[in-house]
Amino acid sequence: MRLTEGSAGARILAFGGYQPARVVTNDELAATVDTTDEWIRSRVGIASRRIAGPDETVADMAVAAGGKALAASGLSPGDIDLVIVATCTPEAQIPNTAAQVARRLGISAPGAYDLNAACAGFCYALASASDAVRTGTSRNVLVIGAEKLSQWIDWTDRSTCIIFADGAGAAVVAPVTDPAEAGIGPVAWGSAGEMADKIYITDRNSFIFQEGQTVFRWATTALHPVARQACERAGVDPTELAAFVPHQANLRIVEGIARRLGAPQALVADDIVTAGNTSSASIPLALARMLERGEIPSGAPVLLLGFGAGICYAGQVITVP
Amino acid sequence: MAMTDQEILTGLGEIIDEVAGVPADQVTPDKTFVDDLDIDSLSMVEIAVAAQDKFGVEIPDDQLKDLKTVQDVIDYVRRSGVSA
Repeated sequence: MRLTEGSAGARILAFGGYQPARVVTNDELAATVDTTDEWIRSRVGIASRRIAGPDETVADMAVAAGGKALAASGLSPGDIDLVIVATCTPEAQIPNTAAQVARRLGISAPGAYDLNAACAGFCYALASASDAVRTGTSRNVLVIGAEKLSQWIDWTDRSTCIIFADGAGAAVVAPVTDPAEAGIGPVAWGSAGEMADKIYITDRNSFIFQEGQTVFRWATTALHPVARQACERAGVDPTELAAFVPHQANLRIVEGIARRLGAPQALVADDIVTAGNTSSASIPLALARMLERGEIPSGAPVLLLGFGAGICYAGQVITVP
Repeated sequence: MAMTDQEILTGLGEIIDEVAGVPADQVTPDKTFVDDLDIDSLSMVEIAVAAQDKFGVEIPDDQLKDLKTVQDVIDYVRRSGVSA
């Protein structure tokens, strides 16, 4: 049997982010549920979040972020032959989101699939994209994390409605010919299915539920070894990282993992403050915004770490475009 | 040798100072975490995790919610048979 000819590695050419226009402040939530701005800021670190319009879909947001990443990459839609959309809030069970997003971006007949690893989705999708490029299955891949969590929130539940939000982020993954130019490190991933009942949406008529304290304890104690493992696999010491961009779950989780990582020099993403928790979108969205602000130099090593329902987690070191 | 209440209190004071920024000298046995020390449920989890590292005693979430005062934690740690 003939096999595909692979490439020496993969790298990210560009990121793109999209946030819905509507800003929802803590005070606005405090008008409808029993909470306060101070309480929300101190517990989860969020000051405001973006919520999609009633007719704005996950695919709309994915197209917006994907289009930006594609434009910034210098590639044309015809260069993309695989589209992966990480989402746990798709419009429908079928058809998937990825094929529609590809069509709307003018990408002709690519491989297209949705991937559900909840808040770890983007890192899972990025690892899958990198592997597809390395093995020669695909040439250039558009990876998108997009979520409309607002559709799955009980707006009278003050423990969840203050946390979750909407948005999308995307990256374009391309091959390199020289291994020294590779910009996506090996993934460190895993799952803990015994904690499946800690974060869930049971069915289409249900709302998102999470056991906050249990998840908090797990996230602040189990994840820094995964983060270190991702660094080790890439041969990058934590002290060499320019930035650490974990899933924007809760600012105190972000800070808790960062403290235990042992990378005091690294800029730690705090996008949650104005973006809320956007699940699989949070990492590429945060990175896109940090890069737009010029906070990370091109080529610098950055550690990504996704984690969430499943429980699923994944981390990898990348170099930023 | 089992740890004394005073030793556990000293260790707990250090943890609470680090986790919640409450000066250790304010951490006295009669204080309640929520009302007196202004410590929220997530900080309680962080205190439990740090206490596990320091005292070798696991405080699960379902037990944690019943520990209202500093003395409650001291009793829990002592009862769990810590030896120094």
